[in-house]
Amino acid sequence: MEEKSFICTACPMGCRLIVRLESNEVVQVLGNRCKRGENYGTQEATVPKRMLATTVRAHGGIHPLLPVYTSAEVPKAKMQEILVILREVDITCPVKMGDVLLKDIAGTGVDILASRDL
Amino acid sequence: MKHNYDVVVIGAGPAGLASAIEAKKSGADKVLVIERDREPGGILLQCIHNGFGLHTFKEDLPGPAYAQRFIDEAHALGIDFLLDTMVMEITPERQLWLSSARKGYFSLDAKAIVLAMGCRERTRPQIRIPGMRPAGVFTAGTAQRWVNVQGFMPGKRFVILGSGDIGMIMARRLTLEGAKVESVLEVQNYLSGLMRNYVQCLEDWDVPLRLRHTVKRVIGKNRVEAVEAVAVDEKWQFIPGTEQMIPCDTLLLSVGLIPENELSKKAGVSLSPVTGGPIVDQNFQTNLPGIFAAGNVVHVYDLVDYVSEAGNQAGHGAALFANGTLSKPQKSIKVNAGRNVRYVVPQFLDPRALKDEAVVLQCRVTQPIEEDVWFEVRSESQSIVRRSDRYARPGEMVSVKLTPSMFDDVLKAGELFLDIYAKSEA
Repeated sequence: MEEKSFICTACPMGCRLIVRLESNEVVQVLGNRCKRGENYGTQEATVPKRMLATTVRAHGGIHPLLPVYTSAEVPKAKMQEILVILREVDITCPVKMGDVLLKDIAGTGVDILASRDL
Repeated sequence: MKHNYDVVVIGAGPAGLASAIEAKKSGADKVLVIERDREPGGILLQCIHNGFGLHTFKEDLPGPAYAQRFIDEAHALGIDFLLDTMVMEITPERQLWLSSARKGYFSLDAKAIVLAMGCRERTRPQIRIPGMRPAGVFTAGTAQRWVNVQGFMPGKRFVILGSGDIGMIMARRLTLEGAKVESVLEVQNYLSGLMRNYVQCLEDWDVPLRLRHTVKRVIGKNRVEAVEAVAVDEKWQFIPGTEQMIPCDTLLLSVGLIPENELSKKAGVSLSPVTGGPIVDQNFQTNLPGIFAAGNVVHVYDLVDYVSEAGNQAGHGAALFANGTLSKPQKSIKVNAGRNVRYVVPQFLDPRALKDEAVVLQCRVTQPIEEDVWFEVRSESQSIVRRSDRYARPGEMVSVKLTPSMFDDVLKAGELFLDIYAKSEA
């Protein structure tokens, strides 16, 4: 039996969760006060995911950087790989908010979107 | 007098944009937003992280995308913008004196004004950090603008003082950009920002948080070379023997925000000594008729969605005032911060407003309570409404709604009080 502990961020309450795993399968989530907490704990103990927001180079706009974000959460384990790819990106303006700049980044099925017009 | 505009909004951040949009929708014909930056959006433009719009749009947006939606709507509604323009002075008669490189020094008249100048960060002199005066001590928001908008890194090894949201968010941002964040120091024994930011910005990236710690000394001749951290007691006094040298080249300060009210003061707007912002009524109108205020200029919010809501209310009020249809208060009762409450906004309300619609009281708790609590509004003699929650924390604004069903009770009250207390102490 393995135990992992987390602070739940499904809502601002911040419940302290204990997730019990057996051979990498979640068998019990403790400390949560709602269903969302159970889902969060299960996800966090198996494949933790986060939204990623960063910037890429841009030219032809009023700023040298364009803020971008992921269309959905990506596995934490993929963050560094995604950042390395984004460091090589150079966008030519004009760009519109929501434009898809890169599809299926690092094989995650998630796209990189422009956060604003530039 | 000929008025150039029905409603003039000062500041094109979230409060200003929402005010202008709502003023237009509420019947103001000519609406203008004045902004000192060269584009609208305000501080949201440098807040490139996610987490905005969960209430307003039911979506998890980055700051610039949240701003862009309001900017697009304002343009679609035909709202005018004066960018790269500084408001130098406003008068109680609602004349504005402006300055810009393109148009020089000029004036405008408005039937109603909405103050939406936002807030400023506390800086090193305001918290009196001893030590040397090298380069490399910046506010977290300044660093945020450099890293996220202008494209340069202010250092390689950071210490962050203060566990406010901007500080924690910058800890993650700097780590993503390849810097090392050695530590976040917080003088209180609880987090000032949101728990979500602690998990996603510090825990995720192995940035240590030290509660009850502060900076005793900044060290460095030309550039910061280290900070001396120290543990403090409950009165924030240094505990001798706990000093620790942390080598770093940059110290970021995330030690609080202050509403920016130089224009308001000069015009004669009454400010609250607690919030640092204008004292307002339920329409977000100040003591000067026709001058409204919304957002961080009134008090510092933790979520932008609530700033937009405040902008909507102020913009609506301003439009009605401009059109001569805003009812004048007959009775104005004081709303007091009661037990364990630092402040309440609005500070005054006209009970008659409750006849038609709900009035939301926004407040901040003084001391955190980590058990079931009551938020209670009462008069001198009786409880009017109370609602419960599972905790109360200074980092999270709390609101209590007064509804038309409470009209009679509020009308009878001489003053109102808002209390926050543990249910176990009831």
